[in-house]
Amino acid sequence: MADIQKLKQIASQVRRDIIRQTNSAASGHPGGSLGCADFLVALYFDLMKHDPSFNMKAEGEDVFFLSNGHISPVWYSVLARSGYFPPSELASFRQINSRMQGHPATHEGLPGIRVASGSLGQGMSVAIGMALAKKLNGDDKTIYALTGDGELEEGQVWEAMMFAAHHKVDNLIVAVDWNGQQIDGPTEEVMSLGDLPAKWAAFGWEIVHLEDGNDMEQVVQKLNEAKTKTGQGKPVVVLMRTEMGYGVDFMQGTHHWHGKAPNAEQTATALSQLEETLGDY
Amino acid sequence: MSVLLDNLYTSKTMLDQIIDSGKKSTRDGFGAGLHAIGQQNDEVVALCADLIGSLKMQAFIKEFPERFIQVGIAEANMMGIAAGLATAGKIPYTGTFANFSTGRVYDQIRQSIAYSHKNVKVCASHAGLTLGEDGATHQILEDMGMMRMLPGFTVINPCDYNQTKAATMAIAEHYGPVYLRFGRPSWANFTPENQKFEIGKALLLNEGSDVSVFATGHMVWNAVEAAKIVAAEGISVELINIHTIKPLDEEAILESALKTKAVVTAEEHQRNGGLGDAVAQVLARKAPTPQEYIAVNDSFGESGKPTELLSKYGLGVDDIVTAIRNAIKRK
Repeated sequence: MADIQKLKQIASQVRRDIIRQTNSAASGHPGGSLGCADFLVALYFDLMKHDPSFNMKAEGEDVFFLSNGHISPVWYSVLARSGYFPPSELASFRQINSRMQGHPATHEGLPGIRVASGSLGQGMSVAIGMALAKKLNGDDKTIYALTGDGELEEGQVWEAMMFAAHHKVDNLIVAVDWNGQQIDGPTEEVMSLGDLPAKWAAFGWEIVHLEDGNDMEQVVQKLNEAKTKTGQGKPVVVLMRTEMGYGVDFMQGTHHWHGKAPNAEQTATALSQLEETLGDY
Repeated sequence: MSVLLDNLYTSKTMLDQIIDSGKKSTRDGFGAGLHAIGQQNDEVVALCADLIGSLKMQAFIKEFPERFIQVGIAEANMMGIAAGLATAGKIPYTGTFANFSTGRVYDQIRQSIAYSHKNVKVCASHAGLTLGEDGATHQILEDMGMMRMLPGFTVINPCDYNQTKAATMAIAEHYGPVYLRFGRPSWANFTPENQKFEIGKALLLNEGSDVSVFATGHMVWNAVEAAKIVAAEGISVELINIHTIKPLDEEAILESALKTKAVVTAEEHQRNGGLGDAVAQVLARKAPTPQEYIAVNDSFGESGKPTELLSKYGLGVDDIVTAIRNAIKRK
């Protein structure tokens, strides 16, 4: 059984890390990062079997791919807090000569990253490729990927959806960060997603509904449910409702903090709302 | 002379010993090479975007159906899947037309393959004007330029069936992203069977003293024919096959250009960004030399027969003959 209280504490520290990284870089994407903190903490601290000593090929390991690479602050924090590299390195986020690039990259050799992302729509295809390789190698571990909801506007995503169903890529769990926001505004105003569950169902995917992706207990429960649906001939999608900016009252539920960093005063306010549980870097 | 003399063709090779052993397509060479490397290396997997027959992938698929992935008409997805396979240690070969292997998926290749340094082999058929009747939508002439701009990418454009087969096998032994470009038509097959293919190493086809002709892909054979014609006029052509556009064999190029002091480059590509520009960049920095370009001059192609198109767009044997004479005049 997952220790929900402990996971919540980690998520609180991760949210502090997100605020502090984006503040010190004076750039970055805090909104989506805050919204996905619970999901990523649940994955790395409960669901996935993974080795922070980091092997690119990940034989015998579960693997996660972040397709919406702009929420790098949450991933970097979770990787650091999982032991992939020292949390102190988070201070170099978006600085010159660092491994903490604005968007995730393998180029500087940051442990935990297996492919660059940032240009949207590509991560699910890469995840499928690794899932196919696991099948070829007789490796029964699972591939996870996260995509934004706005990201679904990219055509390549639908190519990947069609492929995964046709080729029965059933060792794959894709989560959609369904926060209804993108840079230019609510998705329903920029480019409406329509009936998202019906679209995934029509493409032949097994669907898990996660109504509150910011409720740790529900996140753990639904991700475990998703895992029980693997290996049955269909790829699995978790349609995960989150709130952009979750955990910081003035950032919550709006697209305004999608790609904007908090200043010193805003940072102080934000941090006052997030308990320091593991020690700031 | 050490660099050039290291090559299989030695200085003693005469032009009239370069003989077409029977026309075959370079894409057939790819198919044969893919099948052969599949037998030797279990990590090789092949992907195709609904062009199995055109890419001549049938032999591989028949023997290794579990290592073949049909992606359908979805090239962007194919590049991403290849990147994922490579992450796990596979050696993926993607197969589609050159147009859909590059321009259509440039961003996917840039981010998921080049920047992420994935061991993916982007194998591209039907490049250039010699695609023929399908016309300009499919006749990509910009692909080598695009691919050689990507940091860390190797770009190879073999000249005949034998060389394409050898290159297809050799790239599996090289870790890193590769763009392998070949074509549709039956073409002269004149390099020795089982010649060792060394990435980045130019091949001397004929030693000469008056002009250096650096040629790649299908244009190598046209250059052979042109060199034979001007030989009758007493012009001695040093003919060098540049099968690897990147990394370029700068040493071989400089050695030859410094000797002959006149250069012609020949490629089935735009002037902008291809072999000619790559050679000019080396010469401008290290040994400025008069250079004539045999390449398409900033235009799209059109429907027609391969040889008709090459003539119309200035890539015929006669054009190379003229370029050789002009280059020598500029010394």
